[in-house]
Amino acid sequence: MNFDWLAGEVDDIGNFFAWHVALSVIPVLVALVLAVPIGWLVKQSGFLRPALLGTVGLLYTIPSLALFVLLPLVLGTQILDPLNVVVALTVYTLALLVRTVCDGLEAVSSDVLQAANAMGYRRIARFFRVELPLAVPVIGAGLRVAVVSNVSIVSIAALIGTPQLGSLFTEGLELHFLTPIFTGIILCVALAVLLDSLVLIITRQLTGWQPRT
Amino acid sequence: MIVFKNVTKRYDNGTIAVDDLSLEAPKGRITIFVGPSGCGKTTSLRMINRLIAPTSGSILLDGQPTEAMNLAQLRRKIGYVIQHAGLFPHLNVVQNIATTARLKGIAKKQALLIASELLERVGLDLSFGNRYPWQLSGGQQQRVGVARALASDPEFMLMDEPFSAVDPVVRHQLQEEFLRLQRDIGKTIIMVTHDIDEALKLGDQVAVLRTGGVLAQVASPKELLSNPADSFVADFVGRDRGYRYLSFVDAASSLAVMIEPVVALGTEAAAARIVAKDQWILVVNAAAQPLGWVDLDRQSGPLRESDLNLSGTLASQDHSLRQVLDAALSAPSGRGVIVDAGRVLAGSVRLSDVVAAIQSAKAAGWGGRP
Amino acid sequence: MIPWFTDPQHWNGSDAIGLLIGQHLIYSAAALAIALLIGFPIGLYVGHTRRGVVIVAGTANALRSLPSLGLIVMLVILFGPVFKSDLAYLVPCLIVLVLLAVPPIMTNTYAGIAAVDPASVDAARGMGYSPLGVLLHVELPCALPLIFSGIRSAALQVISTATIAAYVSLGGLGRLIIDGLAQRDYYEMVAGAILVGLLTLAVDLAIALASRLALSRGLVR
Repeated sequence: MNFDWLAGEVDDIGNFFAWHVALSVIPVLVALVLAVPIGWLVKQSGFLRPALLGTVGLLYTIPSLALFVLLPLVLGTQILDPLNVVVALTVYTLALLVRTVCDGLEAVSSDVLQAANAMGYRRIARFFRVELPLAVPVIGAGLRVAVVSNVSIVSIAALIGTPQLGSLFTEGLELHFLTPIFTGIILCVALAVLLDSLVLIITRQLTGWQPRT
Repeated sequence: MIVFKNVTKRYDNGTIAVDDLSLEAPKGRITIFVGPSGCGKTTSLRMINRLIAPTSGSILLDGQPTEAMNLAQLRRKIGYVIQHAGLFPHLNVVQNIATTARLKGIAKKQALLIASELLERVGLDLSFGNRYPWQLSGGQQQRVGVARALASDPEFMLMDEPFSAVDPVVRHQLQEEFLRLQRDIGKTIIMVTHDIDEALKLGDQVAVLRTGGVLAQVASPKELLSNPADSFVADFVGRDRGYRYLSFVDAASSLAVMIEPVVALGTEAAAARIVAKDQWILVVNAAAQPLGWVDLDRQSGPLRESDLNLSGTLASQDHSLRQVLDAALSAPSGRGVIVDAGRVLAGSVRLSDVVAAIQSAKAAGWGGRP
Repeated sequence: MIPWFTDPQHWNGSDAIGLLIGQHLIYSAAALAIALLIGFPIGLYVGHTRRGVVIVAGTANALRSLPSLGLIVMLVILFGPVFKSDLAYLVPCLIVLVLLAVPPIMTNTYAGIAAVDPASVDAARGMGYSPLGVLLHVELPCALPLIFSGIRSAALQVISTATIAAYVSLGGLGRLIIDGLAQRDYYEMVAGAILVGLLTLAVDLAIALASRLALSRGLVR
């Protein structure tokens, strides 16, 4: 590690880190807001359910580099526009979360739902006060996978020129210089661990009713 | 014969699951381990095929100590049936049954043939053969589980709560079929249950275990009811054991069966009144099998099927006093309906006569079935 | 877009589409095969014995958080002096692809074995299967659906990430995207993206088909 170089680049690295956080987190928030209603609809869709989940799953199989390249065609953006990365990651996170939300809602015991119905909950109230809170553990587990893999995928966007921690990797290869690469890897892993813990803590806060093991 | 000699199972944390158990399970008979949860009955069973190793003592199969045997050889000699059947989900029914025969070294074709034959033996249609476990009801799965244990034609069978995961109606059916099957095959069986009624019904010999793995009493069901060793056994056998004991007292010798007048469906109420003993008349079908009672005080015109009172139970002539008493108690006329083996009417018994028969049987020190 | 695909120039020479697809598949298949050799036995062992569950889960999580691009460039620089020729690029790429593919294979194998109905395992032991017999005749066949889905997600991740190989001057469909970017030839980039997408779709379908053929009807309802 060349600490002199690090000291000189600290502003840029801070900038990259901030971008990396934004590019990883914003898609998760957007996708979560979209995934709850979509997941609920998919769960209600009966015989269409496997087909819908299959289609959503297909989105997840598109390679990230390909998606970064194809999105400008769809969105009419420039290839360097960070919006491409945000949309691409939103698509991935959404693909993952729709299934998770659907699974989470289905894991709620039918006894509980019947009890809620018998008590006179209306559909919307039942969803927000009973089903969704009980689905949090499953949704939280899906979110953890999403944030961790997003951090890694975002760095790939460096290949098409979006600035974030991945830029340290391309820079390192061009300069044949390991310090930026190590720095990038360490910061990426640290960010992944940080976001993972954050989701874990929030999930725990929301699920005080669960037995702790 | 399966013999337990001072068998103890102590776990590493010091808890004793089975404490110095000694007993014999006679050849060709059903021995039942029964007791509350935590009494070590399942542990005792699983020590026989060494799924659990005893801490001390020894278990003998026909005189041979199990600890000296090869583990796989030992287990292949013993049929094993468990509560949720434990069928293999990736194999169809016939393949499932054939597994034990294959383990014994029987060729695949032959094993599948044996499996198909066993399917009918346990009361399943051949068409079930190519279904998968998830396509079967709990009762059907359990039948397949029994068939699988039998496919290697083992001398011994271990059954761990085999009928407790199914509903009461199916359980009763499975128990009856199991007894019929055992009359044919005569295996040496040890079964675990927590249900004392099941133990008394199926067991030739019942071992009652208490919490901590101590054998409280081992005896025939009749002996257990009439002579419980201590208050624990008495409590466990149940409060209505006096009534239950009647299950083991034969009715035929001590009971006077009366002739009961009968009519067919469609008979006019007025004509029925002429033959009836009182307001109640018994209706039978063309084969003289009882259909139900009709209350002539509330009847006019021809007797229809919807007029039948079906509350009475039937007792067979060679049945126990318990069944005869129940028939008399449940009949609206107060006269219990007695039938023969073909469900053809043999006559009726009055409640007072049944009570008299019970009294004289008790005075004579209970005769009847062993 | 169509003129690009019908241009015979793109079907011949060192950048021929067929050749790039072949390279892409070879990298991916090699990585997947190595990952299977590593992840599958570990998953079986942990699932059967329930030993090392925490280590397996922790390793899988840690591997997931490693940025694959960073890892590749780091290994390329480190291995540069060690290997001659293309191996200096190939080995780093394969290592990273294997690291990506091991966790899903390992955890799904473990989870599949662990999810087998304990009653079936108890019955198998009780009727006299040896421990290996229980594993091969009961646990493994019942775990196959989950194992297949692990192989599937590993394969998709590997194919997706193999596009990065082009960045460190290897072949594969990533070539079109990286070269297109360098030459500001957007058509070439899009063609690369479309081809990679189609390739993953085809592999996904192939694996789905294979698992349909391999799985007992008792397991897929």
